[in-house]
Amino acid sequence: MDGEELTEQETALYDRQIRVWGVDAQRRLSKAHILVSGMKGTVVEFCKNIVLAGVGSLTLVDSREVTEEALSANFLIPPDENVYSGKTLAELCCDSLKDFNPMVRVSVEKGDISSFGGDFYDRFDVVVISSCSFATKKLINEKCRKVSKRIAFYTVDCRDSCGEIYVDLQNYTYSKHLRPGSSGKGFGWVYGRKFTYLLEHYCIGDVLKGLPGKSWGYGKELDFPKKLDETDECQLQYPSFEEAVTIPWRALPKKVTKLYLAMRVIERFEEAEGRNPGEISIADLPGVLKLKKELCEAQSFNESHVPDALLERLVSDTSEFPPVCAILGGILGQEVIKAISGKGDP
Amino acid sequence: MVGAGGIGCELLKTLALSGFEDIHIIDMDTIEVSNLNRQFLFRQSHVGQSKAKVARDAVLRFRPHISITSYHANVKDPDFNVDFFKQFNVVLNGLDNLDARRHVNRLCLASDVPLVESGTTGFLGQVTVHVKGKTECYECQPKPTPKTYPVCTITSTPSKFVHCIVWAKDLLFAKLFGDKNQENDLNARSSNAASSSQQAEDVFERQNDEGIDEYAKRIYDHVFGYNIGVALSNEETWKNRNRPKPLYSRDVFPEEPSQQNGNMDKNCATDDPLSVSAMASLGLKNPQDIWSLLENSRIFLEALKLFFGKREKEIGNLSFDKDDQLAVEFVTAAANIRAASFGIPLHSLFEAKGIAGNIVHAVATTNAVIAGLIVIEAIKVLQRDANNYRMTYCLEHPSRKMLLMPVEPFEPNKSCYVCSETPLLLEVNTHRSKLRDFVEKIVKAKLGMNCPLIMHGPALLYEVGDDLDKDMAANYAANLEKVLSELPSPVTGGTMLTVEDLQQEFTCNINIKHREEFDEEKEPDGMLLSGWTQAPRVEKDDNKTVGNGGSSTSNASSAMPVEAEEDDDIEFVPTGKKRKVGEISKATNPNLSDVADDDVLVMLDGENLDINKKKKLQ
Repeated sequence: MDGEELTEQETALYDRQIRVWGVDAQRRLSKAHILVSGMKGTVVEFCKNIVLAGVGSLTLVDSREVTEEALSANFLIPPDENVYSGKTLAELCCDSLKDFNPMVRVSVEKGDISSFGGDFYDRFDVVVISSCSFATKKLINEKCRKVSKRIAFYTVDCRDSCGEIYVDLQNYTYSKHLRPGSSGKGFGWVYGRKFTYLLEHYCIGDVLKGLPGKSWGYGKELDFPKKLDETDECQLQYPSFEEAVTIPWRALPKKVTKLYLAMRVIERFEEAEGRNPGEISIADLPGVLKLKKELCEAQSFNESHVPDALLERLVSDTSEFPPVCAILGGILGQEVIKAISGKGDP
Repeated sequence: MVGAGGIGCELLKTLALSGFEDIHIIDMDTIEVSNLNRQFLFRQSHVGQSKAKVARDAVLRFRPHISITSYHANVKDPDFNVDFFKQFNVVLNGLDNLDARRHVNRLCLASDVPLVESGTTGFLGQVTVHVKGKTECYECQPKPTPKTYPVCTITSTPSKFVHCIVWAKDLLFAKLFGDKNQENDLNARSSNAASSSQQAEDVFERQNDEGIDEYAKRIYDHVFGYNIGVALSNEETWKNRNRPKPLYSRDVFPEEPSQQNGNMDKNCATDDPLSVSAMASLGLKNPQDIWSLLENSRIFLEALKLFFGKREKEIGNLSFDKDDQLAVEFVTAAANIRAASFGIPLHSLFEAKGIAGNIVHAVATTNAVIAGLIVIEAIKVLQRDANNYRMTYCLEHPSRKMLLMPVEPFEPNKSCYVCSETPLLLEVNTHRSKLRDFVEKIVKAKLGMNCPLIMHGPALLYEVGDDLDKDMAANYAANLEKVLSELPSPVTGGTMLTVEDLQQEFTCNINIKHREEFDEEKEPDGMLLSGWTQAPRVEKDDNKTVGNGGSSTSNASSAMPVEAEEDDDIEFVPTGKKRKVGEISKATNPNLSDVADDDVLVMLDGENLDINKKKKLQ
């Protein structure tokens, strides 16, 4: 524990959130360095959240030019050609993000994310990538895992009103509860009852974890806690991206959402056809359905578990739906904050 | 949209991105520094400006062609009447207090406009949908009101730190620095006191020739020493409780009077009254530290001295403000000294400020998630997609893999006095209680009416209005002072009164039942209203008199117990007897069949969820 206090300015600005996660977590945040690639709606939301949270630095990678689609769910870029012409998405987002919190260093790294060497990743604590191919995700995940200090690795993708976040914290030790436990104004919710619920027909991003293949320290299904005052140390072992997505479907837990399976089919399709992520349309549906059939047969997996209607939805509308960007970006933001502070169940 | 704060900023942004083109936004507040960690449309340079206006400007920058109308005003203003609300297809709330929420709820019912409600605290949040006639209104389910404490707990027998805070803030601070004419229970005793009230008054007044050091020590000794000594003399009180220790300055302070004076110079540098600080004076820098009894005592004296030394003009007019550093220091110190006396753990300034100021802890991410959910429900409302309306609860940790839990809305509560116009029952001593008591404690406080009108049959007993003619106004003023049975149109057992708020377009009928006796402890108001589904959260003695909350207490989470005190076990779940809006079946809802299958798909189980059973009082 370092002896550095938060400055008066930080204490005043972060007062409300320090009351949520404590001074110690806030200090750790201020020393964290985040790398983000792929500036679409969900990622933009995520960036806003962590800049507001007060991380040490944020590095953006996205050398694409502005397009209509890029503007559709992006509140950081003014739709004025005079402003955005000639600049990359990363540069434009950087300019706006700096404003949200002058205490965070926001910068741009030019180039293609897949071309950066292993030691590039050395300086980051968290890497979040989006809008890139399956191969690129795999590549970057491997590079991150090779770095000696632990890098928290995430991918996030949002298509229409569906989305997916992948988490790799490698070998992760954390304390179970995020709240600073204090007497007096104890904060915690008390639910003595399990109650059941209705599953929404829009899938709100499932976090991929708890997949079999490696040993797990955390296998217990979360029950409703009565009191949130203990701080148990817990340990988790995450599979690599490649391991995670190549798990045979039959080996998945029974309650895995169909969206996971559908996304894997689409992912494979885009990879096989040499497409950029999201470069798919309703015309491809027959090809996608065919691929699904093949994949299921190869694994002796029941086809009906991957609904055609869901696949149809995912290929028809690949643009992001802003409310879902907000939801996913918020959830991802919270996950990253937990990972940096080392407190709270990932 | 009502509210341009934590939820409001996120909501306005998401609405604009989602293609909404005609948005009106109301907020009465101005921007503060502590907002900036999550209300991202605002910058440091905007501090002091109108939230609604700045939010509008910020969003227009990335959506220049949509229409945003901002109102820097209180949604309870008469301008925002039923006609105003009728202009809209849907109303979205991002408020932080129960009072305004109830008001908007009534206006939405009166104007028949759907309402999407929401709230967040820390990692928790929820979004609920209210459509007149189809779903519950916001008030169909009781909402937890701000916690209140029995007077005797505050004045004589505190057992928790929050009791000490309330004492320090509402009694001591108010007595020393607030309106001298206000009633104050500071010297109230649970048994008969020997001293006359005149004598008690003089104690807190600074004598003409009294030095500031002298005065400060005298106050210290009186409230922490003498008063405790007097309380101890009543054996009965302490039979089953730990006895407090009287604390006198001569015992607490070491024998070095010269070192006790803080460095007043540190506070001379600037004339700005708001930057005066006892902590700075005494070199105590970290608000997260828990001070010792000695340090707290030093702060207490120093703060008192600074108020009289540097802010004398304000004394007599001050009310506690969480952003007033010196006030927070004083209240923290006073609460801590009292806590030490009663064997209650001490707290840091940071923690004390949170309790005294009813500060809601908040982060950007939860607000972003909730805003996204609000927009999704808003779209369903516009599409009249009633089968898919959902109440969605955002949890801190996933339960059964669900971080966001959707629940179907319930049908309107048939005994809701707001949307189902159920009459209420008031038990009252009609020969003792005055009309004024009825208006203040029942109509305004409990029923949440702002500008009530009270009728007995055709007779108008009371109304509020700007344009009343002099005779009528005089008549009403006279009525207020009369006991119910002596009103021009006498109100006795069996009478029915009609109470209305024209702006909220809300009418309520109240049947009167005469009752002679009321329990002074349990029913201090001398009136009991029933048939009314509010569930007060009260400790132990069921006595509601002293509260910690001000008018702007945040009541973020309506259907979830957001603040669970250690010993509370309050569960707040929907009553199971009600029916859902639209039963889901695979046959009628093709979209659902995509995902249904082996995924978990069960209706909300009603049996175990009975709110009335669950409240566990200590």
